Amino acid sequence: MDLRLPSKVLEHILSFVDSNEDRNSVSLVCKSWFETERRTRKRVIVRNCYAVTPEAVARRFPEMRSLTLKGKPHFADYNLVPDGWGGYAWPWIEAMAVKCPSLEELRLKRMVVTDECLEKIAASFKDFKVLVLTSCEGFSTDGLAAIAVACSNLRELELRECIVEDLGGDWLSYFPETLTSLVSLDFSCLDSEVKLSDLERLVSRSPNLKSLKLNRAVSLDALGSLLRLAPQLVELGTGSFSDKLDQEAVSKLSQAFSEMKELKSLSGLWDVLPEYIPLLYSVCPGLTSLNLSYATVQMPNLVELLTRCSNLQKLWVMDLIEDKGLEVVASSCKELRELRVFPSGAEGLNDTNVAMTEQGLVSVSEGCPNLESVLYFCVQFTNAAMITIARNRPNLKCFRLCVMEPFAPDHKTQKPLDEGFKAIVERCKDLQRLSVSGLLTDKAFEYIGTHGKKLRMLSIAFAGDSDLMLHHLLSGCESLNKLEIRDCPFGDTALLENAAKLETMRSLWMSSCCVSFGACKLLSQKMPKLNVEVIDEHPLETRPDSSPVERIYIYRTLAGPRLDMPEFVWTIQKNPEIGVSHLAIK
Amino acid sequence: MITELEMGKAESELELGLGLSLGGGTASKIVKPGGGGAWGERGRLLTAKDFPSVGSKRAADSASHAGASPPRSSQVVGWPPIGSHRMNSLVNNQATKKEDDGKKQAKDDETKDVTKKVNGKVQVGFIKVNMDGVAIGRKVDLNAHSSYENLAQTLEDMFFRTSPGTIGLTGQFTKPLRLLDGSSEFVLTYEDKEGDWMLVGDVPWRMFITSVKRLRVMKTSEANGLAVRHQDPKERQRNKPV
Repeated sequence: MDLRLPSKVLEHILSFVDSNEDRNSVSLVCKSWFETERRTRKRVIVRNCYAVTPEAVARRFPEMRSLTLKGKPHFADYNLVPDGWGGYAWPWIEAMAVKCPSLEELRLKRMVVTDECLEKIAASFKDFKVLVLTSCEGFSTDGLAAIAVACSNLRELELRECIVEDLGGDWLSYFPETLTSLVSLDFSCLDSEVKLSDLERLVSRSPNLKSLKLNRAVSLDALGSLLRLAPQLVELGTGSFSDKLDQEAVSKLSQAFSEMKELKSLSGLWDVLPEYIPLLYSVCPGLTSLNLSYATVQMPNLVELLTRCSNLQKLWVMDLIEDKGLEVVASSCKELRELRVFPSGAEGLNDTNVAMTEQGLVSVSEGCPNLESVLYFCVQFTNAAMITIARNRPNLKCFRLCVMEPFAPDHKTQKPLDEGFKAIVERCKDLQRLSVSGLLTDKAFEYIGTHGKKLRMLSIAFAGDSDLMLHHLLSGCESLNKLEIRDCPFGDTALLENAAKLETMRSLWMSSCCVSFGACKLLSQKMPKLNVEVIDEHPLETRPDSSPVERIYIYRTLAGPRLDMPEFVWTIQKNPEIGVSHLAIK
Repeated sequence: MITELEMGKAESELELGLGLSLGGGTASKIVKPGGGGAWGERGRLLTAKDFPSVGSKRAADSASHAGASPPRSSQVVGWPPIGSHRMNSLVNNQATKKEDDGKKQAKDDETKDVTKKVNGKVQVGFIKVNMDGVAIGRKVDLNAHSSYENLAQTLEDMFFRTSPGTIGLTGQFTKPLRLLDGSSEFVLTYEDKEGDWMLVGDVPWRMFITSVKRLRVMKTSEANGLAVRHQDPKERQRNKPV
């Protein structure tokens, strides 16, 4: 008796399965399920653009409508990946233009996107709807004009923290009068001023506009008229909040804000003057997300604002808030889930010279029962504080602590912060992401290896004593997916002993460590399913095996060695003559 | 699969000889923020001794650091770990606090420039070409051309003749362009390094390619307006040393 589900029935069932994780499981059941699943998947996510070829992806998922790609490793955000390393969007766009012309959505992160790419998108995908570029670079405002003019069904255009060659604000004027489908527009990372009248016209003919994030060049005055045209906004990123307005303009702006009944998310607020903070009071109770990380106001003003934000779930703020301000957050924002505190000065000391300490985070951990994600820059920390935080918040999923001074010990006991992080990984059983800092010995990593079973991403800098650190992590953290390490004094032994682990991870980054060239060669020889990239300014061919390399980036791949490597990236394919006999391995 | 036995052999073969030796490593780069990006001066592996403000008892090697002034945390590349957008904002904020508005503007440009230098991608020889009424600009490789006529021909092909598989940018124009002799509807203009827009063709080709930043195919009617708004291009060129 044939017990197989007819594929039409399976297709129908799968139309309710949205999560790619589930779909991946479905595709492993048997060949026919694999086939049905792949023919029906619409949303494809490739988290390492070099792990697979564009052609292979297009072949497998012919009905793809949405593609998400990530390029450079995370440490590229901090200038640790040299220019020209890679992450080019062009091969993907070129392939999809031919094989998946019905593509509607493209989301790219840390990739090099040129104007040619944007022009190609505009020309190739007739029903293109969504373009979200995060931390991308390589294009100019001319490329944006191409998208604006050609994509007649455009719904979302978002540029998040991109590096754009800004040739002026004309690009916005290229949106045709016939475009009325806009739902989201984010040009907050651009510098040039756009023509206000064009922006106003665009906003007024976009009844579905829900999210608008302006750049710094949009004045406070302009903001008023825009808000009056779009009171239905759910997300707003203001421009500069510092022009001097007369009384009438201020009251009009206040009126405009009070009309915004749907507003849930607020950001921008560059240079906000203290006297304008009250303008925001009317929207505070409705806010679930507030990004004050560019607002250079002092604690008292911040407090006034935050006491009114009782529904806040996500708060990004600068350390100008001080420990005192976080105490207020702890008592006012009971729904808080995510907290990020950024430094206002490169040294961690702000204008008032009041440093952010462990106290602030301890208060929030006590007062906010739903707190699960933390990014915290501060000047000092203690083991006792981390132990308290762990006890208060075993539900933490993401804990990224950055004590600004490398090697800083517990400032009360002068001991390493090993015990603090031990408490975190022991208590927070669902911890998925961890960044450590401060003075740490191998012991800290023994604890992490022992307890961090659900840990997927780990970031380490200036830590550890020996190879043991790496060994603990690679042998202990079962769910480890991404590991990034900088300035730690070891490498070879642990790396080679745990080589097999690397095939179960997405990637490993190590820079300014002590990984030798010989170890890299050995690893490359033995692990053909990995790309072992040595990124080093100085030529490697003549280097002795014992000499340490500047950076290594290792990732699993089905695509084999990439063809677009610059000269400072070395893989073993560049030296195929390195004989196995030289390394004396069977 | 690498077994431990093989590992042992490999290690002796490799003769690692690495410890916590500090003088020999070439690991870290120590640069000032906004400075040389990823390829700064070669430094050495940083340890606690490099951060004397921290009372650390780390048993690092006793390699001497004589003569090297300890780097502050802001001088290490990529530290503190905040994205470049945020870093630029910090630098600007600190600049405003110390200097007046005029200086801040310069600082803004400085940081922007640096950002572009660190992250910008400029293809050598390629410059952008835009045409009035056409949103989609193109790029042309000046190094692949030897004369104005050459360049004009390429531009005509680019904007007015469509080949199979590419989008027709304008489509409706059928007459040949003749961009250089003033007889057509369009003129070719360029922006030079000083930001001025000039008519193409008056200076020797070699001089032109060193000073051109980008090109624009402009409607003749608008070009006249251009001459009025800015300095008369012909006058400008008379004043320029040949």
